[in-house]
Amino acid sequence: MIEEELTDQSCIIIGASHAGVNCAFALRREGWEGGILLIDADPHLPYHRPPLSKSFLTAEAGIAQIALRSAEAYEKQGIERIIGRVSIIDRTNKQLTLTNGASYWYNKLVLATGARAFIPNIPGLQDAGHLYVLRTAADISNIRQALLNSTSKRVLVIGGGYIGLELAASLTKLGAQIQVLEREERILARVTAPEMSRFFEQLHQTNGVEVCTGKSVVSIYEENGGVRATCADGSEYQADLIVLGVGIKVNAELAAESDLAVENGIKVDTTTRTSDEDIFAIGDCSYHYNAYYQRNLRLESVQNAVDQAKVAAANICGKAAEYDSLPWFWSDQYDVKLQTVGLFNGYDVAVHREEAGKENCFSIWYFKEDRLLAVDAVNNAKAYVVGMKLLKERSVIDRSKLTDNTIPLKPSLLAL
Amino acid sequence: MAKITFITKEGESTTVEGTSGSVMELAVQNNIPGIDGDCGGVCSCATCHVHVAEQFTAQTGEASEIEQDMLELDDNVNDFSRLSCQITISEELDGLILQVAK
Repeated sequence: MIEEELTDQSCIIIGASHAGVNCAFALRREGWEGGILLIDADPHLPYHRPPLSKSFLTAEAGIAQIALRSAEAYEKQGIERIIGRVSIIDRTNKQLTLTNGASYWYNKLVLATGARAFIPNIPGLQDAGHLYVLRTAADISNIRQALLNSTSKRVLVIGGGYIGLELAASLTKLGAQIQVLEREERILARVTAPEMSRFFEQLHQTNGVEVCTGKSVVSIYEENGGVRATCADGSEYQADLIVLGVGIKVNAELAAESDLAVENGIKVDTTTRTSDEDIFAIGDCSYHYNAYYQRNLRLESVQNAVDQAKVAAANICGKAAEYDSLPWFWSDQYDVKLQTVGLFNGYDVAVHREEAGKENCFSIWYFKEDRLLAVDAVNNAKAYVVGMKLLKERSVIDRSKLTDNTIPLKPSLLAL
Repeated sequence: MAKITFITKEGESTTVEGTSGSVMELAVQNNIPGIDGDCGGVCSCATCHVHVAEQFTAQTGEASEIEQDMLELDDNVNDFSRLSCQITISEELDGLILQVAK
């Protein structure tokens, strides 16, 4: 009886964030009839992460409002949630064990283990009180509470990347006095062009956030109920709390301990399969091939999590599907919306386009020789969608038309 | 309280009740196929595209500029296109009929 065999099957997903949850629901859509177990150590109903540094921090949205799905939706779809942490994957017996000793067998396993905040090796940092990271809802609630308890309301944000800057924007709304310490000579150095860095630096300064670049923190110590950070150039900064936003560390230990191929993340093929044909890896933890940029990479984004989740679900259900997505991202800070499509790495020319008669509405188009690589669009959804279309069609663009803002942003008018 | 009906591409009709939040949130909580809301409702992904039945366009209002831009190059765009994350549920929307665009 084939039907019975199918319903006897079990798919376990480790990690219940964007990738894991979307995979669970996609499995049902693709016709998976067996059990689905979704395991995560986070006790909350799985939630959207991007709002954490924004509306959730400012308490405009509660945890229920940012839930990925309702509790009833899991029940209706027969998706069982387990709160726990997996300690061992026994690939030979297709069984995994949680730290509480419970064990479960699987036919198919999905690793959606994500990443955690990276804690750099700065003297005093590891044991400093008043130190916060931002990854989970609990992290953010802790930051909000610490700010409430703080008398000076002074916050040091270490790391001027998107997360740190979004947090700075939200904390400002809550009345915090913020200094951002960035090690590089400009903020957002790893993700965007110098002029975009300048734009965001100015935006933050206008809103009362002090952006300090070229500040490599070398030591941290506690002082008068707060903390003091010393930088390589001798400058010192005091605050009641420190928030770290200096990148992530991939949760690939479980995969490595069970001898799956791990490089800069858990290595997968275009079907999101790991080196074990019954184990898949999706989302932030996966090291995968990107067809647009013809190289292996790891992406920290909702887009990648959701798209890989769908590919994994289809393959688990025996359908042919390959990951072939163009990366996209967004960041909301104050009243500015940045939307990015593509990856700018390796560009040789950045073309700036201002929209006529609109304040703070512009886009930067990144090229390598004639090839469009990526578009950063500020308050300019049109540039974002036009860029996405041109990238998807791998169009060659007439750059002189791009810079001429009397020519409307339309794919047909820009492509050569 | 507003009763809202979603009609999927396959012609399946589902009526659900909502009191607050966005129409996208209501759709996601009720597992309406074709409405994903991947960005969580900040007008960044266009995965909650619906067509508003003509008789309800006055109640739902017009798409904002960013919404129109996000939809402009969508394969399924038409004069009644909206991103459902940008439609707030209110009593006025009672009886609303939406066609899921994807």
